[in-house]
Amino acid sequence: MKSNSIIQNRRTWAWPYVGLMVFLVVLPLILIGIYAFTNQQGDFTIQNFVQFFHRSEAVNTFIYSIAIALITTLICLLVGYPAAYIMALNSFRTPAVMAMLFILPMWINFLLRTIATVELFHMFNLPLGEGALLYGMVYDFLPFMIYPIYNTLQKIDISLMEAAMDLGANRRKVFTKVILPLSLPGIYSGIVMVFMPTVSTFAISELLTQNKITLFGSLIQRSFGEGGIAMWNYGAALSLIMLIIIGLTSFFGNHDTEDINR
Amino acid sequence: MTQKILIDRRSLISRIAGQSYLWLLLVVLYAPIVLIIIFSFTKSKVLGNWTGFTFGLYENFFSGYDTSCGVRVDPNLYRALLYTGVIAVASSLIATLLGTIAAIGIFNLRQRHRQAVMFLNSIPMINPDIITGISLFLLFVFLGISRGLVTVIIAHVVFCTPYVVLSVMPRLKKMNPNIYEAALDLGATPIQAFSKVMVPELWPGMVSGFILSLTLSIDDFGVTFFTKGSNGLETLSTFIYADARKGGLTPELRPLFTIIFITILALLIISNIRTNKQTKK
Repeated sequence: MKSNSIIQNRRTWAWPYVGLMVFLVVLPLILIGIYAFTNQQGDFTIQNFVQFFHRSEAVNTFIYSIAIALITTLICLLVGYPAAYIMALNSFRTPAVMAMLFILPMWINFLLRTIATVELFHMFNLPLGEGALLYGMVYDFLPFMIYPIYNTLQKIDISLMEAAMDLGANRRKVFTKVILPLSLPGIYSGIVMVFMPTVSTFAISELLTQNKITLFGSLIQRSFGEGGIAMWNYGAALSLIMLIIIGLTSFFGNHDTEDINR
Repeated sequence: MTQKILIDRRSLISRIAGQSYLWLLLVVLYAPIVLIIIFSFTKSKVLGNWTGFTFGLYENFFSGYDTSCGVRVDPNLYRALLYTGVIAVASSLIATLLGTIAAIGIFNLRQRHRQAVMFLNSIPMINPDIITGISLFLLFVFLGISRGLVTVIIAHVVFCTPYVVLSVMPRLKKMNPNIYEAALDLGATPIQAFSKVMVPELWPGMVSGFILSLTLSIDDFGVTFFTKGSNGLETLSTFIYADARKGGLTPELRPLFTIIFITILALLIISNIRTNKQTKK
């Protein structure tokens, strides 16, 4: 009986954290919703969204940002998957070192990396613009694609491939029927890990294009920064639209979070 | 063995092609980093303009003065470094303590409640930094709290703690659930049982959660940007952002960048060797 009450006691250890998270995560998100659906006087309105859809410039920026994020994610996948595949299946004497070399840039401040890329473009007299933006985004987030894919590939039981080969599958069949399906969770979480930051970034695009190209993240940032208090409600509406995109994306990447919970 | 068979069936050419591809990617990935490191050993204002080998920038960085012309290196850089450290250490310590206690509680919850709390726990990890930043910005405005060092630390605790919970959780699963009760039965107070029995068991998870928090905090830009207020509080990230928007990198950032890079490289190599040893055991 005594131990039972103690177990119950320990259960209560979670409540301070839950309370804090509700206060510092859930409540602030609700605040975004409230601000999005009110005007500066605090009255209910959908004017903020109407304003967004009526500004073709804003809508264009939104579509453009999603397109850029999708293209970045696709390039990362096409470049990153082979790298993860080669690393996971090759008998390096020390494969961990190779993987570490790919992960290392992830630990360096992304602003520093972005500026380094800008300097590289300057050095070779390359123009800063859309090309630089795509290059810089892929450069910044490629490790986030390689790492999860490498992780899942590495965990694949090698005897499964052996079995497939014994049963007559050729190399291509082994890849399409065994390796690729088993690495899907890694691909999903790689896509989420690259798409989410690229669709929401504001600093990278500003630095890489010298403010020539505005992304949706910058639009939100400006509403809260330079726009002053009059733009907060509009900015909150934009944030809510961003949140919906993020929600949809994380729903897509659900496989990954399930993995973590287990 | 089987891995070897798989590899042997590949032609030598495709193996070489694979290796070259990896090395090519690494070259591309490290080119900007190497560029900055190389040009930290020359004194030119812009990169790509080599004016001879010198430790001048390192001397400037450590002395705070440009030794050749006596101009001060931007003092905001040092303040930003100090604040980055203070914020990282404070928020990581709080996050580690909070996250460990929370993980123990969550672990003992009933299945359904645990799933609900773990979902709550995953929200800050999924949210992009701009959303976390803006939502907290609105909260602080709503509550009438003026933004500054404290609000930045609170914000960092919010996005670091979930990672601590996730790194402590596996240790709890491995732990014998009865030893806490055993300690209590043998006369320990709950605090003693926690600090003398639970903490040593959970220590590796707590340490990796702490280190992860440190790196997340140091690396953060978006959340800090919206919660730092406008009283001149800068971290390294926001300083770099402001600096770059002004046009060009302060040259003294190059030696700093090099030092940071070498430190991280060394730490990763050390931790890599340590985990290798542990897995061999």
